[in-house]
Amino acid sequence: MTHLIATKLILYYRIVCFKATAFLLRMAQLARETAQDRFHGFRQAGSRKVAPVVSQPESQFIHRFDNGLVLLGESMPWLDSVGLALAVPAGSAFDPEDRAGLASLTTEMVLRGAGSRDSRQFLEDLENLGIIWSEAVSRLHIVLTATMRASQLSEALPIFADVLLRPRLPREELEPARQGLIQEIRADRDLPEVKLRRELRRRCFPYPWNRPTQGEEETVAAIEWEDVRDFVDQHFRPDGSIIAVAGRFDWDETKALVERLFRDWTGVAPSPLPWRWERERVKHVPYDSQQTHIGVAYKSVPYDHPDYFLARASLGVLSGGTSARLFMEVREKRGLCYTVQATYHVIKNMAAVFCYSGTTAERAQETLDVLLGEISRLKEGVQSEELERVKVQIKSSLVFEQESSASRARSLIGDWVLLGRVRPVTELKQSIDALTVDAVNRFLAENPPEDFTIVTLGPHALEVPREVL
Amino acid sequence: MRFYSHILPNGLEVIAECSPSAFSTALGFFVRVGARDEPEDISGVSHFLEHMAFKGSGSRTADDINREFDEIGAVYNAMTSYDSTIYYAAVLPEYMEKAFELLACLIRPAIRPDDFELEKKVILEEIRMYLDQPPYGIDETCRRRFFKTHPLGQSVLGTVESISALTPEQMRMYYQQRYTARNIIVGTTGCVDFDKLVALAERYCGDLNSEENERIQLRPDPAFGTFRHHKPSATQQYVIQIAEAPPATSPERFAGRFLTAIVGSSTASRMYWEFLDPGRADSVSLTYESYEDAGIFVTFLSCAPEMLEENLERLRKLYNQLETEGVSAEELSRVKNKMAASLVLAAERPSSRLFAIGSERLTTGEYRSVEEELKIIDSITLDDVNRVAEKYPLSCNATEIIGPMPQGSS
Repeated sequence: MTHLIATKLILYYRIVCFKATAFLLRMAQLARETAQDRFHGFRQAGSRKVAPVVSQPESQFIHRFDNGLVLLGESMPWLDSVGLALAVPAGSAFDPEDRAGLASLTTEMVLRGAGSRDSRQFLEDLENLGIIWSEAVSRLHIVLTATMRASQLSEALPIFADVLLRPRLPREELEPARQGLIQEIRADRDLPEVKLRRELRRRCFPYPWNRPTQGEEETVAAIEWEDVRDFVDQHFRPDGSIIAVAGRFDWDETKALVERLFRDWTGVAPSPLPWRWERERVKHVPYDSQQTHIGVAYKSVPYDHPDYFLARASLGVLSGGTSARLFMEVREKRGLCYTVQATYHVIKNMAAVFCYSGTTAERAQETLDVLLGEISRLKEGVQSEELERVKVQIKSSLVFEQESSASRARSLIGDWVLLGRVRPVTELKQSIDALTVDAVNRFLAENPPEDFTIVTLGPHALEVPREVL
Repeated sequence: MRFYSHILPNGLEVIAECSPSAFSTALGFFVRVGARDEPEDISGVSHFLEHMAFKGSGSRTADDINREFDEIGAVYNAMTSYDSTIYYAAVLPEYMEKAFELLACLIRPAIRPDDFELEKKVILEEIRMYLDQPPYGIDETCRRRFFKTHPLGQSVLGTVESISALTPEQMRMYYQQRYTARNIIVGTTGCVDFDKLVALAERYCGDLNSEENERIQLRPDPAFGTFRHHKPSATQQYVIQIAEAPPATSPERFAGRFLTAIVGSSTASRMYWEFLDPGRADSVSLTYESYEDAGIFVTFLSCAPEMLEENLERLRKLYNQLETEGVSAEELSRVKNKMAASLVLAAERPSSRLFAIGSERLTTGEYRSVEEELKIIDSITLDDVNRVAEKYPLSCNATEIIGPMPQGSS
C-alpha cells in the first residue's frame, strides 16, 4: 500500500517536468514493478575514481543453507546504510486461475501481524526503528525490501523472519484486506497508461506470466481464508527463498543471525503453472479519453542469454535518453507526444520490449506509424556514436546504483533468480566495454524487431499495417 | 559534509554541500519563477519556457543539447511548480564541468519560432495527458478557488487556450524579467570542487542580467466550501481538500511537517488506520506545501463511489478530533524516529540532498546541514504540533470531488 500512495500523490502534486521520467514517478513505478521485471543491466560499479573497492568480486558473498534458503551479500562499506531484500517463491504466477490475486491478498495478510506482534505493533515497531520498507508482488516472488542504518539490521531481521515464518493471518482481517485490494484494482482502471500496459502484457507473454499481479475483481472476491492459509503453507518455504543484504554489514555475523532465525524452516515451494499462449496480437480498447495510448511489444532475448547486452544496447539506441531515436523522431521532430519510451521486461527464459506513447486522438495514427517505422529501422543497424552514448549512460547508471543499498539488494535477488548466480560487477562492466557496433548490428540483423503485438486504448481504433504482424 | 556559498557580483549565488568521497555530483539551477509569477493572459508560460530551455541557445540546437547530455551519461530533467523552476543533472564527478556548461546553456534559451511552434504541440499533449488522469484537473480548480486572487492559485500547465495563443515575443519578455541573476541559485551536492565551481559560475553566468525583480507577495484570503463534479466514465471517486498551513518562512513549518506525518504518512498514520487498513479507500494522503507567503495542507482521497459519503464523514471526524484533542506523545516520538531515519538514509544520495538544500535556499535563504536538521527534529514538542493543529484547522477547507457520483454543491 505504501507505494500506491506515492503513485497517487504525484498525480495532484503539480510539479510538471520536462520529460516523463520524473524522479518521483520513477520511484513509484519501481516500487510497483517486480524484481525480475525491473530494468536489468543498468547497474554495477565502475566509477574510475573508486573502482577498486567497488568492483572486487570478494565483496560479494553467497551462502546456501541446508534447508535451501540462499543468502546473498554485497559489501558497500562507503555507505552507512544497509539494504535488505527478502523474496519468497509466492508470486502471482502461482495463483490458481479462479483465484487470481491470491499472492497479492496473501501479501496483505502476512503484513497484518506476525509472531508476537499484531498488525499495529508490527508497523509501529518498524517505524520506531526508523526502517523504511515496502512490499511488492512479482510474478515469481513476494519481495519485502527495507533500508536502515547499519546498526539496525540485527533488529529488523527477526521482525521480517516472523513475517515469513509465523504470519498470524487473522481471519477477521481478510475482508478489509480484500476490500483494499479490490479498490486498488478499480483505481487502476482510471489510469489509462496502466490499463494499456496491462492489456499489452496480456498478449505478449504466455499465461500465467501475462496476468496482472493484483488479479481481477471477481477472482479476488472468490478467495477464502483457507486459500490464503494453504498458499502460505505451500509457498513460504526456504527452498526457493532468497535473502539479500547490501551495504554496510558484517557477513559472518549476518550469516549466523540468518541461520539462527531460519534454521527450523523446511520445505520446497512448488513450480508455477504450465504456460499457455493467447493468440490475439492486435487489440483496440475503447476508452473515454482525450489521448490515445499506444503500446507496441516485440520479443527480445532473456537476461541469461549470451546476446543480452547486445539487445540492451540496441534498446538504448531506440530509447536510452533524449538523443535516442524514439524521443528524437516522435517528440522532438514532430511534436506528436509528451511521453514516448521503450522498456525491457524480463521474465525467466523470456523477454520483451514494450514501447509506449500517448497522443491526441487525431494524431494517433501518425504516432503509431512513426513508432513502428523507428522500431523496424533498428534492423538496419546502429551508428558508433549512438552506441558510445548508450555505453556511457549504462556505466553512469551503474555508479548511481552504488549509492543505494536497497536497490543493490534487489538487484542481487534479480541476478540469482534469472542467472542462478550473482554477476560480479567487474564482469558487467567488461560486458559493456566489449560491446561493438559490429556485434550489435549482427545481433539486430539476426534478431530484427518483428511479430509485433499492438494494443491501443482511446476513443478510436487505428489502422495497423498487416506487414508488421 | 561541508557547506560553501559564494555570491557573484551580479547577485547569482552558488552553494555546495560537498562530500568528497561521493561517487557522483548533482547540480541544479534553482530559478525563482513559476506559475505564480505569470500574468493571466500568458498562463503556463513558465512551464513552456522550461521546455524551450532544451531547444537550444546560441549555436547549440535542441539535438546538440540532447546529445551532449546523453554523451556524459547524465540523469537530467527539469521541473516547474507554482513558485520555482529547477533544472538538474546528476553525473559522474569528471563530467561536472560539462554538466554545468549545459545547464547554464539551458537557462538562456534562444526561443526560436520554429522550435516554439513544435514544442507548443508537446505542451498541449501534456495538458491533455493530465486531463485524462485522476483527479482530472480538480487539483487546480480547487487551488484556484481556495486562493481566489492570490497568485498561488494559478495553473502550472496553463490551458489549451492560453498556450495556443502564446507568442515567442511574450515568452522572451517574460524571460527577461524573471531569469535574472538574483533570481537564480546554483546548488550542488556530492563530489564537488567548490573553487572550480565558482570559476565555472563566473565564466558561464557572470554576465547574466542583475536587475532586481521582486515577486508579488500577499497574505492569502482563502475561500472554503465544497464543489462536486460529475465524470460518469471514472471508476473511483476523487477528493481534494485544501486548508491553510504555515508559510515556509514561519517557525511553525517544522511542526507542520510533523503534523502531516502523524496524520497522513503512508504507514501507521491516523489516515492509514482509518482508511487503508480497513480497505475503505485505495489511496489517501495529507501533504504540506509551503511558500514564502502562504502554506497549504492538501488532503487527497480516492475510493469507491459508494464509500464516498461515509469516508467524507470519517475524514471530518478525524480532523475535528485532531483539532480538539491533538496528537499523542507516542505518535510524536514514532514520527521523530521515522523522520530522522529518512533524512539520514536519503542523505547518502547526492541527488536527493540537492533538492532539499536548493529549494530551501531559494525559498527561505537558509541552509541546514543534516546534523542541524536532526537537532530540529529532536527539539519539536507536543505543544508545537498541537498548536499548529489548532491554529490551522484541517476541517476548514476548500473541497472538490469528482467521479461517477452525481454533481451538486453543498
